[in-house]
Amino acid sequence: MKSFNYVITDEVGIHARPAGLLVKAVKALSSTVVIKSGAKSADASKLMAVMGLGVKKGTEVTVEVTGENEAADAVEVENFFKNNL
Amino acid sequence: MEKFSGKAIFKGVAVGKIVFGAKDKQQVRRTKIEDASAETQRFEEAKERALKELGSLYEKALKEVGEDNAAIFEVHSMLLEDEDFNDAIKDKIVNQQVNAEYAVAKTGDDYSEMFANMEDEYFRARATDIKDISERVISQLTGGTGLSALSEPSIIVAEDLAPSETIQLDKDKLLAFVTEFGSANSHTAILARTMNLPALIGVKIDKSWNGKTGIVDGYNGTVIIDPDNETIEEYKKIQQKDKEKRELLKSLKGKKTVSKSGKTVHLYANIGKPSDLGSVIENDAEGIGLFRSEFLYLDSKDFPTEEEQFSAYKKVAETMAGKKVIIRTLDLGADKQVDYFNLGQEDNPAMGYRAIRICLDRQDIFKTQLRALLRASAFGNISIMYPMIISVDEVRQIKEIISGVMDDLRAEGVKFKENIEQGIMIETPAAVIMSYELAKEVDFFSIGTNDLTQYTLAIDRQNSKLDNINDSHHPAVLRSIKTVVENAHKAGIWAGICGELGADTSLTKTFLEYGVDELSVSPSFVLPVRKAVTEAD
Repeated sequence: MKSFNYVITDEVGIHARPAGLLVKAVKALSSTVVIKSGAKSADASKLMAVMGLGVKKGTEVTVEVTGENEAADAVEVENFFKNNL
Repeated sequence: MEKFSGKAIFKGVAVGKIVFGAKDKQQVRRTKIEDASAETQRFEEAKERALKELGSLYEKALKEVGEDNAAIFEVHSMLLEDEDFNDAIKDKIVNQQVNAEYAVAKTGDDYSEMFANMEDEYFRARATDIKDISERVISQLTGGTGLSALSEPSIIVAEDLAPSETIQLDKDKLLAFVTEFGSANSHTAILARTMNLPALIGVKIDKSWNGKTGIVDGYNGTVIIDPDNETIEEYKKIQQKDKEKRELLKSLKGKKTVSKSGKTVHLYANIGKPSDLGSVIENDAEGIGLFRSEFLYLDSKDFPTEEEQFSAYKKVAETMAGKKVIIRTLDLGADKQVDYFNLGQEDNPAMGYRAIRICLDRQDIFKTQLRALLRASAFGNISIMYPMIISVDEVRQIKEIISGVMDDLRAEGVKFKENIEQGIMIETPAAVIMSYELAKEVDFFSIGTNDLTQYTLAIDRQNSKLDNINDSHHPAVLRSIKTVVENAHKAGIWAGICGELGADTSLTKTFLEYGVDELSVSPSFVLPVRKAVTEAD
């Protein structure tokens, strides 16, 4: 498993639109991606679950990437966070 | 005649017939089904039709209100395809042997409740989106419809409106929205703003309003039911005025700011943060005459880094695409405090340790900003402006510092505009008196009339007891402006006004007579000032 931490800089947090893009991006990967925020966690391929985390600006999330391709996939997911969130 | 209050989302006035959008609360009944797989199939087919509908709503919204606002329907499609949501529905059908309508309604309620209980307002508002998608599927299952088509221009009154209901309505027949629920963040509110429709939320609504005449007053946040003729006339006049104003301003867009005798004035906008750029472009400003850089420092917990500043300046320069962008260096002081500066309290902050005085004293802060500005200058038409100048010596110190910064950048091979335009604010009586000498040192003057008035008249502008003698038309102020412009022209440089006085259209003619070359005003004043210039001789 590969993991990284990221502090959300988007004004509204992980809101509907980037969450939707994230789900799309994650579905294209072979790895399982889990986002953890405080005590809650969500499968990043499920939109309602991701939005249900209610992650606001300034929150630090931990993202865990597991799978055969985890090293490359983790880089891709991290880039997605940097560019969109 | 009755009056009710709410919160205005968009300013404006509407007069017309009220249509009460009572949602045919689709009464969903729970029934026991025999064939779970056929029922699951029914759900799947209804979902496919709902997705198709969302696709065409997306196309319609894309055309009418743009991509940003249309994106909601794409999100709705994705929510509807969410695995957990679908599993929960199918699980109910199979394990509880209930009809698809009930399974969708119950699942929708559960999810929408989860969002409704969240802490953050944005996420709470998403409860409506979930309701919207589950109701869409239920409509497909039962064949029901939402708000009926409008037969005449109407004011829509409803408990709440789903974004899809808002966009489905015939735009030409839509006068205003009034809802009891919904937030300023809801998509309906955003759409109302995009479509320029007066809209109120938080109004205690009543079914009996249906079919009555109503007035929506988006200026005062009120709705008037059954207004008398006098009131209707009064509001129609306001409406007419709004319309004339809009049309007049529209006709001034894209026009040059030239007086009847052919004197051209550069008409720029004052802004305080990059998000103001939209209104700069919307109001057709010819450039940015004052970009206050303080936001970078005020919004930050520590000194903003060179990179942070660079990307903010670059963004503004690129957005303005070659038009002039005058960025003023740090203008903080004891009246605009930032913790990490540790400035301390002062008895007389207006005359204290502030602006260029801080920059010349703590050059590390100043150099970081200059580096960021110079680097950004490679991406657009940036000018630098220094505030609170009182002497030629200060300007020479600044030039020495910036030339050092330029040397560093050259040594590092970093690109910047070599002959970047540099000017100063004229806002102290000392700068007015020394303007002849100062003009030889810089590329332009911009007169900050707010501080200049305060310092010239020795009147604290924060003290309301002095309002009656705080006269910005005082001859001493006007004569100062005249002197500054004359001295600028003697040295062959330009002079403008970026204080509030620049937007005072009763003085536009006077400024033209003085030979003022540039006026920089709040974005909303750009077109009214253009009108005043074009009407002057």
